[in-house]
Amino acid sequence: MSTLSSTADETAAVGPRTTLTGLPARIDRGPRGSRGGRRTGGRRIGSHVFLVILAIYFVVPVWWLFVAATKDTAGLFGSPAFWFDGRFALFDNVAALFQYQGGLYWRWLGNSFVYAFAGGIGATALSVLAGYGFAKYAFRGRGAVFSVILGSVMVPLTALVIPTFMLLSQYGIINTPWAVILPSLLSPFGVYLMRVSAQDAVPDEMLEAARIDGASELRIFFQIALPLLRPAIVTVLLLSVVGTWNNFFLPLAMLSDPQLLPVTVGLNRWTALSNAGAGGEQVWNLITSGAFISVLPLLLSFLFLQRYWQGGLAVGSIR
Amino acid sequence: MTTRTVAEPRTASTSPRRRGATLSSRRQRWGWLFVTPFLIVFALFLVFPLVYAFGMSLFTTTLATGTAFTGAANYLKAFTDPLFLGGMGRVLLYAVIMIPAQLLVALAAALVLDTLATWLAKLTRLLIFAPYAIPVVIGALMWSFLYSPRFGPAATLFDFVGLATPDFLAPDTIFGSLVNVVTWQWAGYYMVVIYAALRSIDPAVYEAARIDGANGWQTAMHIKVPMISSSMVMVVMFALIGTLQFFTEPVVLRSVAQGAIDAAYTPNMYAFSLAFSYSQFNYASAIAFSLGILVFVGSYLFLFLTRKQSGLK
Repeated sequence: MSTLSSTADETAAVGPRTTLTGLPARIDRGPRGSRGGRRTGGRRIGSHVFLVILAIYFVVPVWWLFVAATKDTAGLFGSPAFWFDGRFALFDNVAALFQYQGGLYWRWLGNSFVYAFAGGIGATALSVLAGYGFAKYAFRGRGAVFSVILGSVMVPLTALVIPTFMLLSQYGIINTPWAVILPSLLSPFGVYLMRVSAQDAVPDEMLEAARIDGASELRIFFQIALPLLRPAIVTVLLLSVVGTWNNFFLPLAMLSDPQLLPVTVGLNRWTALSNAGAGGEQVWNLITSGAFISVLPLLLSFLFLQRYWQGGLAVGSIR
Repeated sequence: MTTRTVAEPRTASTSPRRRGATLSSRRQRWGWLFVTPFLIVFALFLVFPLVYAFGMSLFTTTLATGTAFTGAANYLKAFTDPLFLGGMGRVLLYAVIMIPAQLLVALAAALVLDTLATWLAKLTRLLIFAPYAIPVVIGALMWSFLYSPRFGPAATLFDFVGLATPDFLAPDTIFGSLVNVVTWQWAGYYMVVIYAALRSIDPAVYEAARIDGANGWQTAMHIKVPMISSSMVMVVMFALIGTLQFFTEPVVLRSVAQGAIDAAYTPNMYAFSLAFSYSQFNYASAIAFSLGILVFVGSYLFLFLTRKQSGLK
């Protein structure tokens, strides 16, 4: 433990422009395999077989969803589950998503974007300010307040949904976008991450030098601290956007107007209705293609932002 | 623990003593200014709801008598309510089975990935992590299709290996089916955390072990695992908090497995249905508050018991 944090501190001390904990820079160094490879060829094959089995397990459901998204309802029930039907119906399904219930699906997708970005950007801004404040200002009560925030990471957020619902309903905010966005601004873990990063990435000497030059505290924050914190900011933003995008309990409780639902709650509603069968319409092809489309934005952004999450997700656990 | 590292050098290196008093009070003000916006949200959406839930839970509303203060009555009711206790027992059982399952998959994958630097290893790392980028609802929906006898994907796979397809959505199989959904969704995230911790170990340690004649398995078990124990503690804690709040997956699977998953399957589902199906907000508050306290105490206890491994004080 102590060795881990001391190496992280050292990298931070070498130069201010280090990555979050020095991890991302090292992550693709990959020397160990090649070193051991010469001697233990058999074991390497075993390892690769293990990896391929794992990869199949994790990919098969996604593959199924992709294949299913390209089928019409008849194809969903009548063709091989893991291979394409004769007819490629993905674009028909997309067109049908624009038709069905007046294009409600796209409204849901838009809502998800709005909630995730409003909540995520807000939560990140608050975390950056607070994390920087905790890391770089020795104000009275700092230790106590930070301990309370750290402890609150262990409070299950779902336990707060019902009381928050009752509170917001007294102010008439229920069933509005605010009912989802405002509670999403709370991110104690983001504050913790930003504090750790600010301690590593923003050297006290730089701040002192700027103060001696007469820079105001705000200017120091915007012109010195913020650029140094950029990798950490992207990480926290990514995590909080994903958190809000994935949230289910909160919008399920807060929203009843179909026009306001995020795509997660909306698709679950379609599925429940289609499963209930009886009088309702069955829209399986819309559910599968809708689910597939809704998964793409995050999958792609994770692919392009690898550098950030690979280092960033680990920060909390290294300490 | 991180507090001191910055606090102490700062007091030592602050500029001249004479200006110290005004300077430090100005700094104090700036410190508070930076943290206040977050503290407002913290108070409004964490502290206040908790206090409010506790307040609500002390009252009872009935049609006959209206709202009356009943003290601990809701808590006495909750802790003798077979539905709440049953749900609590169920999520504890999930915690005991599901967390080791996820941890085992994540640790095995991370240890193997750590020894390989091939393109296949890199690709696998991405693929294992992919489910984290998929919303839990969509993940659970996908599995509900895969399990569903109507769509038949599972049947295809079982036919392929020549086995009879089990009913994944029956009362006695739903437990395993849900464990599988959650493991699929989260193991990749934990793998990335553990993998990053493994990568941060100084390679010189392995060199020393190799000179001492340790093989790969011994290096993994006696050097790597102990050195990343703090990450493992964190992973288990997050998994524990998540599992005790179990909600989304059973809610989604409920629409295909009505008979196997009831409305009080987990404490969160019970609180939700009490509040939104039966409008028993006072009793729902008591359940939610009890769950919150139990999770908090449970995670705190876990951190306390593993303080040696995690290095936290």
